[in-house]
Amino acid sequence: MLETIWFVLWGVLWAVYFMLDGFDLGLGTLAPFIASNDVDRRVIYNSMGPFWDGNEVWLITAGGVTFAAFPTTYAVMFSALYTPLLLLLFALIVRGVSLEFRSKLEAQGWRKLWDVCHFLGSFVPALLLGVAFANIFKGIPIDGEGIFHGNLLTLLNPYGLLGGILFVLLFLVHGALWLAIKAEGPLEERAARAAGTIWWVLLAVAALFLIASWFATDLYKNYFTYPALWIIVLITLAALVGTRVFITTGARWKAWFSSGVTIVGATLFGVAGLYPNLFPSSMDPAYSLTVFNSSSSPLTLKIMLVVALTFVPIVAAYQVWSYYTFRHKVTESDLASEEAY
Amino acid sequence: MLSRLQFAVATYFHFLFVPLTLGLSILVAIMETRYVQTSEHEYKRMAKFWGKLLVINFVLGVVTGITLEFQFGTNWSRYSKYVGDIFGSLLAIEATVAFFLESTFLGVWIFGWKKLSPKAHAVCIWLVAGASNFSAYWILVANSWMQHPVGYVIRNGRAELDNFLAVVTQPYAVFMFLHTVSGAYILAGFFVMGICAYHLLRNREVQFFKKSFAMAATFTVIFALAQIVIGDFHGREMAKAQPTKAAAAESVWNTTKGAPMYLLVIPDEENERNSVELFGIPKLLSLVATGDKDGEYKGLKEWPKEERPPVAATFWSFRLMVGLGFLLALISVIAWLKRHKVENSRQLLRLMMFAIPLPYLASELGWTVTEIGRQPWIVYGMMKTSDAASSVSGAQVGISLTAFVILYTLLGIGCFYLIAKFARKGPEPVQ
Repeated sequence: MLETIWFVLWGVLWAVYFMLDGFDLGLGTLAPFIASNDVDRRVIYNSMGPFWDGNEVWLITAGGVTFAAFPTTYAVMFSALYTPLLLLLFALIVRGVSLEFRSKLEAQGWRKLWDVCHFLGSFVPALLLGVAFANIFKGIPIDGEGIFHGNLLTLLNPYGLLGGILFVLLFLVHGALWLAIKAEGPLEERAARAAGTIWWVLLAVAALFLIASWFATDLYKNYFTYPALWIIVLITLAALVGTRVFITTGARWKAWFSSGVTIVGATLFGVAGLYPNLFPSSMDPAYSLTVFNSSSSPLTLKIMLVVALTFVPIVAAYQVWSYYTFRHKVTESDLASEEAY
Repeated sequence: MLSRLQFAVATYFHFLFVPLTLGLSILVAIMETRYVQTSEHEYKRMAKFWGKLLVINFVLGVVTGITLEFQFGTNWSRYSKYVGDIFGSLLAIEATVAFFLESTFLGVWIFGWKKLSPKAHAVCIWLVAGASNFSAYWILVANSWMQHPVGYVIRNGRAELDNFLAVVTQPYAVFMFLHTVSGAYILAGFFVMGICAYHLLRNREVQFFKKSFAMAATFTVIFALAQIVIGDFHGREMAKAQPTKAAAAESVWNTTKGAPMYLLVIPDEENERNSVELFGIPKLLSLVATGDKDGEYKGLKEWPKEERPPVAATFWSFRLMVGLGFLLALISVIAWLKRHKVENSRQLLRLMMFAIPLPYLASELGWTVTEIGRQPWIVYGMMKTSDAASSVSGAQVGISLTAFVILYTLLGIGCFYLIAKFARKGPEPVQ
């Protein structure tokens, strides 16, 4: 029972991370294609300025919770995915630093350098997180000792790549909508239009992913055992359609929330299909790591549950407050202030 | 072996940034509080100027911290599997209760000068400072557990949590925390005083930098003096919990009652003796380590060779750290005494400028003693480091290690350049 509760929390933490950092990463990926001058770029940097660091902590928490609640999974997952994970880390390091450093100096070359870093530091994590999760849904070649038999190319299989592209598109729409909320004038218009256009591609890839999951994974098994789970798929699809509707009606915040729900739903769709596996083996189901054979002791799970149920709502409350405090558009006077990115 | 090197690189680099964050956030919080209390604009300028340096430094501490957390899984998977029940939960709690707080409110603080009332804004920086230090506590609890595992049982082929409170409140962790944060406050104090000295030597913004200097001097002298006591307590705790580390730190080979302390020692590891032992003060070592001048100090020969840490590295790091500690305490007392007329003591100012790297060196040496001195164990007495690594290929680790070194070198240069640039530029002119 405890293990199952932790499985749900584990999925939710990852989903929240994807929803929150999703718009930063998506916007960072979109930036070079939508910004036409330095002011545009600074609006983009400042639109995520107060938030990106707090968003990234959800990743640290999701990783930490994997370590705390399912140490064996943490150990096997992180060492099996050694190369992609370190690439992800390098990318996130560069991303964080580029935000902080980029606008500190006026020099063209300096800013260009960090713009490139920011793009790579956003695009690479979006892609790799998608690739990693799609591969987990599909199963990873690990043996009974948890040793990985493969390399980076094993993970870059068609289904894995499709998952990566799906994540990039989800984040792009999410990020474009965020920019439409935070920017003014032509940049705002361009952002809204980009969200609308990319949405169609997202729709096609999402459909393809749902179909490919049928052939490449066992995710749907749980959906037939517990038909109530279909509600996740329904809500996700409704949110995806809702995003489009709200883009058309110009209700930017609603569109952004809908795309957030879409990201959470897409993550939970896979996670729900995974249960009770956390890290399935494609070599032999007997080698799969499940919530039961890889979890911590009941005492640790209990203590962690108390900590999580107390503090995660508090974190959510003050993060909502911080979004509310900085809900306004990024204006010229914001850019003129000494602290601005 | 490569994994150890990679972890060492990542840790040393991470700890170049963390102590300044821990200490400077408190100094900035004090400055901003003074602003709220007195409405003097000078204090706001101070908070903004030092805050800018804090923020540049902060981001590197954050991004390099994530690497450390993830490396336990990527490179130390057998360790993670064996102790994750305890160690993992401490890291997860750190993120949930402390790291969220500091990251979220730092963002609010940087961008909130005009959006929040001065009081609310000052509260934000206190939350950042408090959460950073709280975060350090959890991390040091986790590290202490590797030095001195408590509150666990070996069950199901791994270490499982048995007594959470024992883990979280063990004296080793408390003293290690006090020792680490005091060191961090000293480092931040010297950082501020050094930059003030640079400007005072050039007669720029004299009032501004004198005020900052005095504040930092008072802050530093308290912790530099306290550190002498705290360091001793931490050392005693270490000698109790990790006798091999204590023996290596002092390069004591034979168990002695009423052990003397030699001011000059050169260890000779091969022949299991010291090639030089000069200027001994009778019984001082036993007194310092056990509180009893006739107390027993265990020598390295009590343990087989394969259970001893590298003696020379542990010994020299420890000696140098302690020496620096006393030197810094002395300098900080002088700086504090002269704080009101510091602009006239050119020599002291020059000294303060060049003293900035010393506490950094002391901090890194401290970690060297802690980590090298624990070898060959990853968890003292429980698990050997050689049994802890992942089964990833050497080539993979070699590539990532190279990438780490290159990336960190570049980032380090970039960060140093920016901090130096803004530090030299001085505060924004009064509008």
